[in-house]
Amino acid sequence: MSSVAITKETYLYWYELMLLLRRFEEKAGQLYGQQKIRGFCHLYIGQEAVIAGTMSATKKDDSLITAYRDHAHPIAKGMSPNAAMAEMYGKATGCSKGKGGSMHFFDKENKFYGGHGIVGGQIPLGAGLAFAEKYLGTDNVNVCYMGDGAVRQGSLNETFNMAMLWKLPVIFVVENNGYAMGTSVARTSNTTDIYKLGLGYEMPCAPVDGMDPVAVHNAMDEAVQRARRGEGPTFLEIRTYRYKGHSMSDPQKYRTKEEVEEYKAKDPIEVVKAKIEKEKWADQAWFDEVAAKIKNQIDEAVKFAEESPWPDPSELFTDVYAQENYPFIKD
Amino acid sequence: MRVIQYREALREAMNEEMRKDDKIFLMGEEVAEYNGAYKVSQGMLDEFGPKRIIDTPIAELGFAGIAIGAAMNGLRPIVEFMTFNFSLVAIDQIINGAAKMLSMSGGQISVPIVFRGPTGNAGQLGAQHSQNFENWFANCPGLKVVVPSNPYDAKGLLKSSIIDPDPVIYMESELMYGDKGEVPEEEYYIEIGKAKVVKEGTDVTIVSFGKMMSRVIEPAVEALNKEGINVEVIDLRTVRPIDFETILTSVKKTNRLVVVEEAWPLASISSEIAFHVQKNAFDYLDAPVLRITCADVPLPYAPTLIAASLPNADRVVKAVKEVMYINK
Ligand SMILES: Cc1ncc(C[n+]2csc(CCOP(=O)(O)OP(=O)(O)O)c2C)c(N)n1
Ligand SMILES: [Mg+2]
Repeated sequence: MSSVAITKETYLYWYELMLLLRRFEEKAGQLYGQQKIRGFCHLYIGQEAVIAGTMSATKKDDSLITAYRDHAHPIAKGMSPNAAMAEMYGKATGCSKGKGGSMHFFDKENKFYGGHGIVGGQIPLGAGLAFAEKYLGTDNVNVCYMGDGAVRQGSLNETFNMAMLWKLPVIFVVENNGYAMGTSVARTSNTTDIYKLGLGYEMPCAPVDGMDPVAVHNAMDEAVQRARRGEGPTFLEIRTYRYKGHSMSDPQKYRTKEEVEEYKAKDPIEVVKAKIEKEKWADQAWFDEVAAKIKNQIDEAVKFAEESPWPDPSELFTDVYAQENYPFIKD
Repeated sequence: MRVIQYREALREAMNEEMRKDDKIFLMGEEVAEYNGAYKVSQGMLDEFGPKRIIDTPIAELGFAGIAIGAAMNGLRPIVEFMTFNFSLVAIDQIINGAAKMLSMSGGQISVPIVFRGPTGNAGQLGAQHSQNFENWFANCPGLKVVVPSNPYDAKGLLKSSIIDPDPVIYMESELMYGDKGEVPEEEYYIEIGKAKVVKEGTDVTIVSFGKMMSRVIEPAVEALNKEGINVEVIDLRTVRPIDFETILTSVKKTNRLVVVEEAWPLASISSEIAFHVQKNAFDYLDAPVLRITCADVPLPYAPTLIAASLPNADRVVKAVKEVMYINK
């Protein structure tokens, strides 16, 4: 039994959150096509249940950190879609002042610590965020996300060892979407059950159905409670799927259309919607209202991004050092 | 002469050498089944098979080290980094391993290996994906560092790098892979460590390398030509060793020098060149040496900030006029 009960409200919350994320990402994809968003842009479409199940099992003061597929996590934590969209445009009003772009969202106020572009780079950082919570004597935890490709980095092994040794309140989550760019999990290791990597460190670990927010919630809740009790980290392999390519320029020759369809048939938004309808927790008017509200939010975010100013060139030498008047080399 | 892309020139260099020596293999992320993240290794898996064209997990530290170990034991690896930003995960193996093995072993164990991949900014990719480490690697004794600027040089220098007995860092650019240029059908090699005077001139010497040559220097030279300013242009091709002789010969003729590079300014290739020129051609200089580099900051995402940060033709034109004391 989960310590945080799953209720009607949880389902309604999941539905609204996942639909917002989905629509936001669809819009981002469109805008990328129109070259409003540049650089690399990695969409989260298909993986929404992972963040939904995390949110219902954690509290506001718990922190999140992830890789470059980072639009959904901060929005779920409470960042406004306006700040998210403006960041992708590179505008001064973005969540990283237009300096980060799609891969480097940050929102300290909502305890979202980035947005990291070097595969596996965020794994020790997540443990470090947890280290600070323990040091400061809070009962907050960090949820540290990584891809299935990232688990092959050395940083994971060093971090797992110390996180267990020091019983850090961190939940390591692999969002196993089956592929690292064009490389399937099976082609990267002799150990394709990624969660078993925890066994070598005697870290509690488990596979989780990532298309089902209930399964994610329950696994996450157990892990979070363990961390809050001071019993240390957990490693969850959450098995999910990305419907879109790795980033915006991916011909996707490494997988079949049938495989993609198979996952779309288990779409978490549809699953949650069906449950709400079956239980008669909401009527059509409610679904329409949610859809309209989200449409407005997205339209508003695009308008905000469009109308926001570019960072002034004078901003180039700000935010590099916390020190004021740092003597940059300028010739 | 036939015209091919930069990426094709790289591929031909690898193919030709691999056909001659079965100890050469290519290893890296997405190099085999995906045909390369930037399609440099397209078709190589088909020709050479999975024994010699090897996909790796995302584990730069491990595969760089494994390749170095293989080189210590008689093989000739080519390691592709998807970009050199990710080589930092492996840099310990390169600096503490590859670069020092021959010296530490008193000359017993050499490491003939090539680490290749793109360097530098490639549009709005953010701070972690827009870095130039040419000078970082060039700082380390034991390594050679090659940064070719066009398809012809890319092929000839990669072939030399592959047969070189020492570890070579070979740096390309995402933005250049599609660049086209004349490349002869017949085999050729370009010597590592020799710069090329790509345009002779009398007024100012411009020294640069890599992507800056086509993206910044060429348009700058065109603009300067129109104003009747006749610069001499040197493409370094290699930043370790640096061909100081070619630079000094030119500076002794023009008496003025502007160095252009994409990296950050502190302890960069341009600082090194400026030191050697003031030391060895002090009496020939009619103006201080100037340089154009990237701004001394992590490269941000916003286009306005990128424009304010990167070297461009206008800045070069301005610097050339400044060393000529032309004020306009
Ligand atoms: C150290 C490092 N090596 C290579 C890359 C290039 N790269 C970016 S994303 C990626 C695939 C990562 O896949 P995965 O961890 O499964 O995450 P997903 O994209 O599926 O969310 C690679 C190889 C990188 N960013 N960092
Ligand atoms: Mg993946």
